[in-house]
Amino acid sequence: MSRKSHNRRRSGPAPQAVLFAALGDKTRLALVARLVSGQPVSISQLTAGSQLTRQAITKHLRVLERAGLVRSVRAGRENRFALDPRPLHAMQTYLDRVSHHWDQVLLRLKAFVET
Amino acid sequence: MPDKIEKQIELKAPVSRVWRALTDYREFGEWFCVAIERPFEPGKPARGHITYPGYEHVIWQVVIQQMEPDRLFSFTWHPYAVDPNTDYSNETPTLVEFRLEKTATGTRLALTESGFENVPAHRRAEAFRMNDGGWTEQMKNIENHVTQKP
Repeated sequence: MSRKSHNRRRSGPAPQAVLFAALGDKTRLALVARLVSGQPVSISQLTAGSQLTRQAITKHLRVLERAGLVRSVRAGRENRFALDPRPLHAMQTYLDRVSHHWDQVLLRLKAFVET
Repeated sequence: MPDKIEKQIELKAPVSRVWRALTDYREFGEWFCVAIERPFEPGKPARGHITYPGYEHVIWQVVIQQMEPDRLFSFTWHPYAVDPNTDYSNETPTLVEFRLEKTATGTRLALTESGFENVPAHRRAEAFRMNDGGWTEQMKNIENHVTQKP
């Protein structure tokens, strides 16, 4: 196995289960896409050009924050939000494992039906 | 970030052959490495002992969902439900779907497993543990199997 990603597993309360739920929403996915550049962004910036209210954006950001995907940093008088990609990596690793298992199972099926 | 797994494989065998390998419980058991107790039936559970060396104590358990001949076979299960001391029945299962399609050379098989958003956090951690070492060994076995039976 080439990936030894379990080292990345977080100790303490694992937030991975809430990750999918946090991302299973168009608005939050859009927010993540917006934050992917890595630059902390203020709520005002996120609200500008969006149909959503400041309150709605804040609510979605809190969900992402609880999932460990977003960190807020105080910048002067306002909060800025930045993406933390580590939980995404952990989730990807989990899916990679399940995915890899299927690769092996399907290879066995291939060998089985082609002989 | 995808929340499902999608695979596609081209098989040099007719659709009817692949359908049988998927839905005949004895044939399924041969390549999936599980000794299933009775024929698959939609809406009914199917279970049996894993026959994979080192995993014989593990009970494989699914609920058969759809069986549309030569087209779609699906079941729900708990991925990595391999701890005999854990009751997984209260957890939301994932859905595994096999779709078959005729091609010029045989069959295109598309596999989808979806519903991972409902797999609890502690189970993900467990899946990591179960994979430690286990898979490395298993990969070797599979490699041997495939090279011996091309």
